[in-house]
Amino acid sequence: MRFALIADEVRVAIDSDADIVSARQKGRGLASQCGFPSTDLAVVATAISELARNIVRYAVRGEVILRLIDDNGRRGVEVVATDDGPGIPDITLAMQDGYSTSGSLGLGLPGVRRLMDEFEIASDFGKGTTVTARKWKR
Amino acid sequence: MQVPILKQGAYLIATVQSALTDEDLKQLRDTLVERVSVVRARGVIVDVTALDVIDSFATRTLRDVAHMIRLRGAETVIVGIQPEVAFSMVKLGLTLEGVATSLDLEEGLAYLDRKGKGPGHEVRTHR
Repeated sequence: MRFALIADEVRVAIDSDADIVSARQKGRGLASQCGFPSTDLAVVATAISELARNIVRYAVRGEVILRLIDDNGRRGVEVVATDDGPGIPDITLAMQDGYSTSGSLGLGLPGVRRLMDEFEIASDFGKGTTVTARKWKR
Repeated sequence: MQVPILKQGAYLIATVQSALTDEDLKQLRDTLVERVSVVRARGVIVDVTALDVIDSFATRTLRDVAHMIRLRGAETVIVGIQPEVAFSMVKLGLTLEGVATSLDLEEGLAYLDRKGKGPGHEVRTHR
């Protein structure tokens, strides 16, 4: 792990649309403990919602891990959305606005990248996908 | 989580009380599209003041509600989108293009009243 953990991480199993709501509420709660302003709470919750929905839609089940992190006094929230679903064949394409294989708006991944400060995606075709996104407290 | 839908005059008012799952949103959409004809409503207000997140799925569903209800001959207005929710929606790349929005319930009712007096009024009253 690259950053120090401030509190215990929260793990939310994702396998239904009710879990999407649960994950974003827990994420909001965690970010709120860290003292994020309300705009950023909404931003973090929205990003978690998109990532969790991607799990339900494409991988059926997976996990969202929420962490409060510290980087030499700078505090933030780290969201890891991970699944062992089908993976993404073409990440460049998946990161394009409006690209979707499911009939959705295709704004999920590029949108999350815009919402958060840091964004990393690793996908092994046939093995799964892990997205890590961070928002730092300003 | 069921969304209560009240009839007030010629309007239906759906007030979202708490976070909605995708399934709840779809149910709200289907119920509104059906109820609008049953009660012969001329307008629909969806009050989302209580929502702390409107993500891509919620946006798409709200947009679908407005477009479907327009096809049924009534107007929809979404009211009460919170400032931080609006911020997140825009960052995500979401718009409610072609969908009327108002600050709050009062403004939403005023919007529908104005719409009712517009050019479409005569057509509606003779149905």
